[in-house]
Amino acid sequence: MEFAFTEEQEMIRDSAESFLQDHSSSAAVRAAMETESGYDPQLWTRISTEMVWPALTIPETFGGLGLGYVELTILLEEMGRNLLCSPFYSTVCLGVNSLLVAGSDAQKQQWLPSIAEGNLTATLAYTSANHWGLDSVQCLATAEGDGFVLSGRLKYVPDGHTAGLLIIACRDEGSLNDQGISLFAVPADTEGVKRRWTPAMDQTRRQAEITLDNVYVDRSALLGTEGQSGEKLKTILQLAAIGVAAEQCGGARQSLDMTVDYTKERVQFGRTIASFQAIKHRAADMMVQVECARSAVYYAACVAQEALFCNESGNNVIACELPEAASLAKAYCSDAFFHCAAESIQLHGGVGFTWEYDPHLYFKRAKSTETFLGDSAYHREAIAQVIFADSGMEQETLS
Amino acid sequence: MKISFSPEDEQFRKEVAGWLKTNLTGEFEALRFRGGPGDEHSFPQERKLWEQHMAKAGWTCVGWPEQYGGRGLSINQQVIFNEEYARAGGPGHMSHIGEGLAGPTIIAFGTEAQKQKFLPGIVAGTEYWCQGYSEPGAGSDLANVKTKAALNDAGDQWVINGQKVWTSLAHESDWCFVIARTQPGSVGHKGLSFLLVPMDQSGIEVRPIEQLTATTEFNEVFFDNAVTDADNIVGQPGEGWKIAMALLGFERGVSTLGQQMQFRNELEGIVRIAKENGAAQNPAIRQRIADAWMGLKIMRYNSLRMLSGSEDGSLQREAMIYKLYWASWHADLGKLAMDVLGPDSELLESGPYELTRLQSMYLFTRSDTIYGGTNEIQRNIIAERALGMPKEPKGRQ
Ligand SMILES: Cc1cc2nc3c(=O)[nH]c(=O)nc-3n(C[C@H](O)[C@H](O)[C@H](O)COP(=O)(O)OP(=O)(O)OC[C@H]3O[C@@H](n4cnc5c(N)ncnc54)[C@H](O)[C@@H]3O)c2cc1C
Repeated sequence: MEFAFTEEQEMIRDSAESFLQDHSSSAAVRAAMETESGYDPQLWTRISTEMVWPALTIPETFGGLGLGYVELTILLEEMGRNLLCSPFYSTVCLGVNSLLVAGSDAQKQQWLPSIAEGNLTATLAYTSANHWGLDSVQCLATAEGDGFVLSGRLKYVPDGHTAGLLIIACRDEGSLNDQGISLFAVPADTEGVKRRWTPAMDQTRRQAEITLDNVYVDRSALLGTEGQSGEKLKTILQLAAIGVAAEQCGGARQSLDMTVDYTKERVQFGRTIASFQAIKHRAADMMVQVECARSAVYYAACVAQEALFCNESGNNVIACELPEAASLAKAYCSDAFFHCAAESIQLHGGVGFTWEYDPHLYFKRAKSTETFLGDSAYHREAIAQVIFADSGMEQETLS
Repeated sequence: MKISFSPEDEQFRKEVAGWLKTNLTGEFEALRFRGGPGDEHSFPQERKLWEQHMAKAGWTCVGWPEQYGGRGLSINQQVIFNEEYARAGGPGHMSHIGEGLAGPTIIAFGTEAQKQKFLPGIVAGTEYWCQGYSEPGAGSDLANVKTKAALNDAGDQWVINGQKVWTSLAHESDWCFVIARTQPGSVGHKGLSFLLVPMDQSGIEVRPIEQLTATTEFNEVFFDNAVTDADNIVGQPGEGWKIAMALLGFERGVSTLGQQMQFRNELEGIVRIAKENGAAQNPAIRQRIADAWMGLKIMRYNSLRMLSGSEDGSLQREAMIYKLYWASWHADLGKLAMDVLGPDSELLESGPYELTRLQSMYLFTRSDTIYGGTNEIQRNIIAERALGMPKEPKGRQ
């Protein structure tokens, strides 16, 4: 047991930190916010070819670096701190993870090398409803000839309008909950796929609606076994939740740091506002949450590492903790980020309410990521079900 | 970054669990899960015997270096030892002030003669310690202590006059470490010394203070020409503050993990009640129980981070938040316990004021956010030391 970063991991953090400070400044973020794609393609090229981040967790046999989930969460935390606008999260935490969890070797060989090289972005589309539980999977897959016909409408798809590869969850007609679910890897330019950017309150993360108008896909697009991918999808979503939590943790940290810096500058009543105990104590409470958020994320990252590479070298006992660790990280970090971002506005006073200052960008990011993949109440209920070992409350009523 | 233990460590875990399973039985059975915070008053004599029993098998002071009678365990094995101890329901250590505070301070700052004199009694479970810091006028503002000590004319004894208060387990202790002012006329943290004082003497009077639980574990301690040998001073005269502060750093050691296991036992008890009485169906209670569960896990991860981090004694961010975090968590747990019990939570074990274990826990958690530095003082420390915000203005120069 050594719950601290290795030197190599610290180096990854340092290089991410300095790269993002240079390239994901407030001005850069605001420029990206104005575009429809939501990111600067030149920056993305540098990220994929110079920093080779999309290749990070892809195994070496598929053209990647073969590093693990801890390294990934280090990057995500730094990205969250700097509000990086890029398709990194969707491509890696949704696309690559789906392929790693559910794809055959042939399918991994088909897609992962292009992602590693930065030539392909990807995402996951699964919910058709106003929530995130598995019963929100409502698109239908119908076997036809040597393939399937997919139909329905998918909502809130991260970077759905720009991703090159869509991982799509559909279900057999008449199936319920986690039964009858299949996953498909579908190139975005497949006939019948219609995509529409849905502008959102948080302009630093893009989401889209995707309509499947009787899309025909070959059997080779099916990831895993037909109708049997409910558990796989859960795993993918748990890994994805840990990824968002890492971003949230970075966002909470930055909300704290920028607030403390500001209060040390701002003078009222002849002293810096940082000298008022009312402010010091609120900053201290923010720091408690930030440090706890980090502990929760790093632990979950270690669990994700074992779970993702379970069949190779992973520790099964630890891998079993994935559902709980993921819900814990997502619930805690959602609340912590929201709290810190809200306090940040309050402690900045009037300027905190302006478009010009950055606190609102974090406040909006906090809300959008809190909602995404289930809010804290949803994930606490998931934990309650583990604790009480019961089937619990109806999930929809909570999300 | 790695969260699994090595096979050797897992083997050690089995050894600890096995020893406890065969030894925490018979006459000691009744002590299981007893004597923790809020329950310090129960079975003091029996718990001392248990500690002597553990000492014979080498299970006291396990983290101390072997040359001082410890077991020299690695951090990982100390983690495991504390976890297994609490899992088995090992009773609260009567010796925690000696083992956790006095001993490490003497090891770090004491002379070789002091080590020879004081450490064996702590290891053997035959000598018990209490902490004489707080005074009526020196609580959060600890540097304001007024208790005085001066060498007698012969120069062979310190003569101590003054009063300490809130001294936990003073009535069960053989020794007290006292912060006293040895430089006449000094103020604040200057001129203080760290003295080791025997409790059994006519110059010391211990008066119990009744707590809101109607039990007694802390005391007023009066020093009226109390004495201790001239060489029972740790460090030099005037170095008391430095040593007193270093000691507080030892409080945040591995024993925190044992404390967490105790918390876990409490939480599991609450979950059991919720299942039995139907509270587990209540969505609001479910959320709070899940929240408590998460909080406890995070506490463990925080301390694993803290223990894996730098060992140079500097306080890392995760160490600075530790006290504020667990104390607040535990206070919430106390409230949760009562809310899960519902109207039953009011009913006493028996009259006139015999509390149930959970009532005791609920009431006692109100002190968690006070002793060892209140929540407000913790927040000051975090803001000033970790976030670099300005220091509180002081009224005294
Ligand atoms: C159960 C229990 C066991 C104890 N055991 C021991 C023991 O064994 N040995 C020992 O020496 N002591 C012991 N104590 C004493 C304990 O350390 C003190 O009670 C504690 O340090 C607070 O001091 P005080 O009681 O004088 O409160 P005060 O310092 O008077 O505090 C009163 C209130 O004012 C707040 N306050 C004070 N200063 C500030 C500030 N600068 N900024 C903001 N708020 C402030 C406090 O947070 C608190 O809310 C024990 C206490 C308890 C409750």
